[in-house]
Amino acid sequence: MAAASASPPASSATSSAVSARPAAVRSAARAPRTKGRSPAQQRRRLAWWFMCPLIVLNALVIVTPACLAVYYSFTDWTGLGPAHFIGLANYRKLFSDADFRNALLHNVYWTLFFLVVPMAMGLLGAYLLSRITRFQVLFRIAYFIPYTVASVVTAAVWQRLLSSDSGLGKVLGVNFLGDVHLSLLTVASINNWAWWGFLVVVFLTAMQGVNASLYEAAEIDGAGEWRKFVSITLPSIRPTFMFLGLMTIIWSFLAFDYIYILTQGGPAGSTDVLSTLQYRNAFSAQQAGYAAAIGVVMAMISAVVVIGYQTLRRRKGWDI
Amino acid sequence: MTGHTSAGQVNLRRATPWWVYVAATLLAVFALGPLLVFAFNSLKTQSDIASNPIGPPVHFEWDNFVTAWTQANMSAGLMNSLIIVSGTVAGVLVIAGSAAYAMARLGLPGTNGVMAYLLIVSSLPIQLFLVPLFFMWTRIGLYDNLFGVIIIYWALYSPFATLLIRSFMLQLPASYEEAARLDGAGELMVLVRVVLPNVWPGFLTAALVSGLAAYNEFVVVVTFIQSNDKMPVATSFFSFQQGYTTNYTLISAAGMIMLAPMLILFLLLQRRFVQGVSSQGLAGS
Repeated sequence: MAAASASPPASSATSSAVSARPAAVRSAARAPRTKGRSPAQQRRRLAWWFMCPLIVLNALVIVTPACLAVYYSFTDWTGLGPAHFIGLANYRKLFSDADFRNALLHNVYWTLFFLVVPMAMGLLGAYLLSRITRFQVLFRIAYFIPYTVASVVTAAVWQRLLSSDSGLGKVLGVNFLGDVHLSLLTVASINNWAWWGFLVVVFLTAMQGVNASLYEAAEIDGAGEWRKFVSITLPSIRPTFMFLGLMTIIWSFLAFDYIYILTQGGPAGSTDVLSTLQYRNAFSAQQAGYAAAIGVVMAMISAVVVIGYQTLRRRKGWDI
Repeated sequence: MTGHTSAGQVNLRRATPWWVYVAATLLAVFALGPLLVFAFNSLKTQSDIASNPIGPPVHFEWDNFVTAWTQANMSAGLMNSLIIVSGTVAGVLVIAGSAAYAMARLGLPGTNGVMAYLLIVSSLPIQLFLVPLFFMWTRIGLYDNLFGVIIIYWALYSPFATLLIRSFMLQLPASYEEAARLDGAGELMVLVRVVLPNVWPGFLTAALVSGLAAYNEFVVVVTFIQSNDKMPVATSFFSFQQGYTTNYTLISAAGMIMLAPMLILFLLLQRRFVQGVSSQGLAGS
């Protein structure tokens, strides 16, 4: 926490945090070296050559198509043939498109689910692991294994378990993936099964950094388990908690895999989200220009979340 | 005093309440139970599954694996995945290793700016550039091409690997390379002979994180690979599953085959896996 609060002002939410500690180390390490001027200068010129592959790839795979996407979002491009400039028509269409509103709403539900269920399970799992003295490694492995399972396999595992022919769906008389009222919750829950173990290990790492003397002091004051968790553990891991919350919001607006694999947005659009809507428009409906506009809106949502987080950090002086 | 405050000592002194173990076991059952049922089902016959959907198989139907192997095109799928994963990991290590070296050891001018740029660019959603990238790749012959997928993974996974390897390199004292430079070694030689042997845990961690991601990745391969004979195991399993929704024993067997390599690798190197993966979520603290 000390390292993070000492970070210099930086341009993005994550960069300041990541560069904070090493920046100090690096400038200290570089100071004596710059005295021998010529070799150090040579090395710096050489440094750009070492950076080259990364920068070229970035430009080719990410920056160029991202810029093209912004351009195509103002055109009627089908994906083949020429693109005609049509101004803001795609964006105007977005705001009157019921499918878009439907998908965006599902992304909001998805975000709420992932901010609550996996975060709570991750905190619970990490807390339990931090209190366990025997077999801690085995429990941690158990919690983490689902995270290493591919989304296609996870989907197959749960499709069978919940199946209304012979699985839990039959026993309970519920069609988990086929009922429009349950489908989104079901897909999110399946995704959560593969996800919460990741949060456990991250929260556990953060909890292991908490100064144990705080707990001892609290015990002397007669604090119970819950009291210690709320008054010591949670405030101590707040930077990690807030960062994961931020990433959860960003990732939730981009959710794709499980929805595409399990329901492809159905039944009756009940699990449609922005990314499945975009995918359909780009690759089935030949509306590449419109799909590009959806992609730009998704990128803007991420940007707004990051900027909002940064503003709160600066204005309210949140120690994150 | 310092020994007094270590977590292990305190845990020993604070007795663990019984309910902690009960709750931890319940969570473990939630995590592993579905996989266990899946493994059981891969060894049953279709009629066994109908009469005994959850319990262990009465007799082991190993033939399911043989049938799934051929019908789900597993050998080609695993071979393509092996090509993609090894190509991705090798490339990411070279690209990220040299970039990390430039930032951590060569005093790259404007390192902070480069890092901020990388973080912003690498956090752009793939949905923003997927559509134009698809048409770009189609035009230059990288669509339906394993190398085309590998290049995309290089771009997606290198930025995080760079940050990871850089943080390992920063812990290495500068005197190590100074000595080699005084002996007249070139920078590439210093990187390969001096820095690499000392920061290999960073490289291994980056390799595991990007290898796992490449093996399990879905959006890029489902979009960019079309031919059956070029599909990695993720999409060949997916299309098998879509076509065989009724024969669950074979789907389970094929799923177990896909699961096995990563599961074994994870169990062998779990500590490093967990460390690497969790550092993705600790960037903010």
